Amino acid sequence: MSGQDTGGPLLSGRGMIGGYGGADILHGVNIEAHAGEIVVIVGPNGAGKSTAMKALFGMMPLREGRVTLRGADITALSPQDRVKAGMGFVPQTGNVFASMSVEENLEMGGFLREDDVSETMEMVFSLFPILKEKRRQPAGELSGGQRQQVAVGRALMTRPEALMLDEPTAGVSPIVMDELFDKILDIAATGPAILMVEQNARQALNIADRGYVLAQGENRYEGTGADLMADPEVRRSFLGG
Amino acid sequence: MSAGTRIAAAPASLWRGPLLYAGMAALLIGVGVLQGWNVALSILCFGLISAIMALGVNIAWGYAGIFNVGVMGFAALGGLAAVLVAQPPVAEAWAAGGAGLGLSLLAVAVTVAIIVLVRARMARGAARGWVTAALIGAGYAAARAAFDPAVDAIEAVNPASQGYLGGLAAPIVLAWPAGGLLAALAAWGIGKTALGLRSDYLAIATLGISEIVIAVLKNEDWLSRGVKNVTGLPRPVPYEIDLQASADFVARAAALGLDPGEASGIAVKGLYALMFAVVLGVLIWLAERALNSPWGRMMRAIRDNETAAAAMGKNITRRHLETFVLGSALVGIAGAMMVTFDGQFTPASYNPLRFTFLIWVMVIVGGSGSNWGSVLGGFLIWFAWVEAEPLGLWLAGGVVALLPEGSAAADHVQAGAPHMRMIFMGVILLTAMRFAPRGLIPERTGR
Amino acid sequence: MTDILNALVLFMNFVGVPALAYGSQLALGALGVTLIFGVLRFAFFAHGDLMAFGTMVTILATWGLQAMGVSLGVLPTALLALPFGAAAAVLAALSADKAVFAFYRKQRAKPVVFFIASVGVMFVLNGLVRIIIGPDDQRFADGGRFLFKVGEFRDWSGLSEGLAIRTTQALTVVAALIVMVALFRFLERTKMGKAMRAYSDNEDLALLSGVDPARVVRWTWVIAAVLATLAGVLYGLDKSFKPFTYFQLLLPIFAAAILGGIGSPKGAVVGAYIVAFSEVMVTYAYRKFAMYLGPQDWAPEGLLQLLSTEYKFSVSFLILVAVLVTRPTGLFKGKVF
Repeated sequence: MSGQDTGGPLLSGRGMIGGYGGADILHGVNIEAHAGEIVVIVGPNGAGKSTAMKALFGMMPLREGRVTLRGADITALSPQDRVKAGMGFVPQTGNVFASMSVEENLEMGGFLREDDVSETMEMVFSLFPILKEKRRQPAGELSGGQRQQVAVGRALMTRPEALMLDEPTAGVSPIVMDELFDKILDIAATGPAILMVEQNARQALNIADRGYVLAQGENRYEGTGADLMADPEVRRSFLGG
Repeated sequence: MSAGTRIAAAPASLWRGPLLYAGMAALLIGVGVLQGWNVALSILCFGLISAIMALGVNIAWGYAGIFNVGVMGFAALGGLAAVLVAQPPVAEAWAAGGAGLGLSLLAVAVTVAIIVLVRARMARGAARGWVTAALIGAGYAAARAAFDPAVDAIEAVNPASQGYLGGLAAPIVLAWPAGGLLAALAAWGIGKTALGLRSDYLAIATLGISEIVIAVLKNEDWLSRGVKNVTGLPRPVPYEIDLQASADFVARAAALGLDPGEASGIAVKGLYALMFAVVLGVLIWLAERALNSPWGRMMRAIRDNETAAAAMGKNITRRHLETFVLGSALVGIAGAMMVTFDGQFTPASYNPLRFTFLIWVMVIVGGSGSNWGSVLGGFLIWFAWVEAEPLGLWLAGGVVALLPEGSAAADHVQAGAPHMRMIFMGVILLTAMRFAPRGLIPERTGR
Repeated sequence: MTDILNALVLFMNFVGVPALAYGSQLALGALGVTLIFGVLRFAFFAHGDLMAFGTMVTILATWGLQAMGVSLGVLPTALLALPFGAAAAVLAALSADKAVFAFYRKQRAKPVVFFIASVGVMFVLNGLVRIIIGPDDQRFADGGRFLFKVGEFRDWSGLSEGLAIRTTQALTVVAALIVMVALFRFLERTKMGKAMRAYSDNEDLALLSGVDPARVVRWTWVIAAVLATLAGVLYGLDKSFKPFTYFQLLLPIFAAAILGGIGSPKGAVVGAYIVAFSEVMVTYAYRKFAMYLGPQDWAPEGLLQLLSTEYKFSVSFLILVAVLVTRPTGLFKGKVF
């Protein structure tokens, strides 16, 4: 699925304005991610972090602005078509098929693929060994951290070039969170761009190549993870000192 | 069509309701002119009864979003009330089996008391469950031991015309409130267990209850004579025969240019229509008052946003129970009125399509949540239901004319024609839902 | 010892075999209801009438085949006619979806709206059946009546009680078993089956994964309609065909689906057999059974029947209420939302 590499960002949303029906939530947000990069979006509650991500994935219609993947305009594509085009998305809640086995969850992830998915599944299993062990168990019976692994594994089954994660560590213990972040680093090492929204801003910025700080539906700061962590303004306003 | 999905439509014209009612009246007058006034008045009477049933369903559905598919059962209970109130008691049957029935009732009461006591003393667990089950079994056996011979004795009393306990020999008009009460009691029992379920589960539960009510009425001959029917119920109005025998009446009919037979029918049905109209008038006045009272506003608040209403400390389950009981009571009243009008109680004639789903068509077509709409729906759909038969026959006649006379195919088409009304009703319901989801006279939302 | 065997055979003959057949018929119906509920998320109230419609077309085709002199020997001719009935039911279900339900899906209407719309569909199907074949009882079973008869069993076993198995009962159980195995294999093994389960489990995620909702919905109607026709034909062969009876089957069918956990196919099957056995056992008169097991020359007073057969609906109903009050998700954790 690799297209012509023009050196530009793999995924980019520029001047995104929109909301659900009523008032706008996003007032001109710019976000981009390059291949192999981990990009984190942080910000206070109601800043429009998740909304920005949904806009990138086509789950919220944009009133203005455009989204491109590998330079091609995908603003008009449905989420399903974006999956076909090479994007993967892990929702924050309801991100597994609870009644289906781990293996079936992964198969559903690769539903659109016509070719043999067993190789990709092996890749996911090598990334998350615990899933191989529990491959026959219904995903609904797994622990919170394991479910998140299933959710991420499911999204990886289409071998996306851009993987988007909506608060992957919401509701898991700190130990599990660290483990998940390690896995995310592992995934990034295999090539795709990773874009995630995080509530645990410090830890996320620690592993991020770049970060965006959103507030009130606008870009407030952006820079490398380390820069943002070091910026006293950002620390005081958004990272709790 | 229901709460929540309501579309903010332009406010209906002030004239819409009166115009539609005038149109309905014109339809009835048309029938009077074309098919005779007896037919028109008969449709009007059943229309009034249907309107009360529709009003009852609308109170539960429109005010509280309760999906009651047990209308048939409540209507039949109302009909039973007519028998129990108006028929003369059968002294012999009471003598033969009254004591046994009392004994079996006592056995049930004692069993319940023992179970309550035992369960209060025993700790929760499997043992308690088994003991309860054993007690229920023993109590059931004891009750049956008294019940079965008593029932046999009662049903042996003059089975061709009686074979049941009879009623109170009170004026049949009293059966109307009694029917409402009986239905309300049943609704209270059902509501206690089944309300609070999601709407389609509640629907299936109420459907089941209504089937059971009908099964009881069909099979418990000692109570209702079952499928042997109770005929010749007393009337609150004069009999046609008596009118025709009255010289005064015949003379007056002649002065109007009517023959006595027709005139007597018109007079009797007219009186019924008057009585029914008074009942409907009182009920709709009460319903409108209730809807615009603080209670009604609270009900609608609950329906439109249950979570918010609960957060404001409203007892939703209790309010739902109230509306369910009220709505069912109205259906019971109408059921008693219908049996009064028919002059007989025939448990086998209760059919869910006619007594439950047809009423629902009335409410949806008339306007969910709108009392005046539901009442109009009651008239209009009853009219359509009755007139669909001649229409079906007429359509069939057209087809039959193309077929060889007296052929099997022609007979078949002719026999099937009355069932066209089912298809009409389905199409009317689906069309109304699609193109007028808020009904002919939509609910005033005050927004 | 012979007494115990006699009692057992008696019980099998009047409870075991009929309940097994009835349970299989209910299971096929309940599977359809539960699939529709899982995928389309509403209680399809016209299912009984869809069963009646498919069965009616099957009966008409059976008569046609009989008139042409076609026969299956010991097996009922209706088996040959079944594809016609199933095709008609599929057509009816898909038309209803296109004409009615698709619109509300697009509107994302609440389940109760779908539910009321299904009442409209019920009226139309009911009217069609009554017009085409009439509201009366129809019997269309032909072929061999019995697999073995009471007398044959008695001669073979030397017991005083006999066991009879009618061809239609054996056929029902075998056909239901084959279809259920096929359905479960379809749901577990094929891509479409998994897509249906995924869609039923988590609609949004299934859409994200690229499942085409239109195809899932279409497949659901097709499967439900075929199952409904099969259930209706087997029920009609076993007992008789009467449109109103089929409408009334709604209650035990929904009781079965809800008992098993609505949305769960496994639950629907288990629930169906529980409902069927409860219904038959509660309405069976145990007098003779007790006489075999009791002391010599003793006979109980009365029939020892818990409820008369007219009250069989109350069994479904009681099961339904008990489940809804104590464990609304059913035995197999269905959906409650």
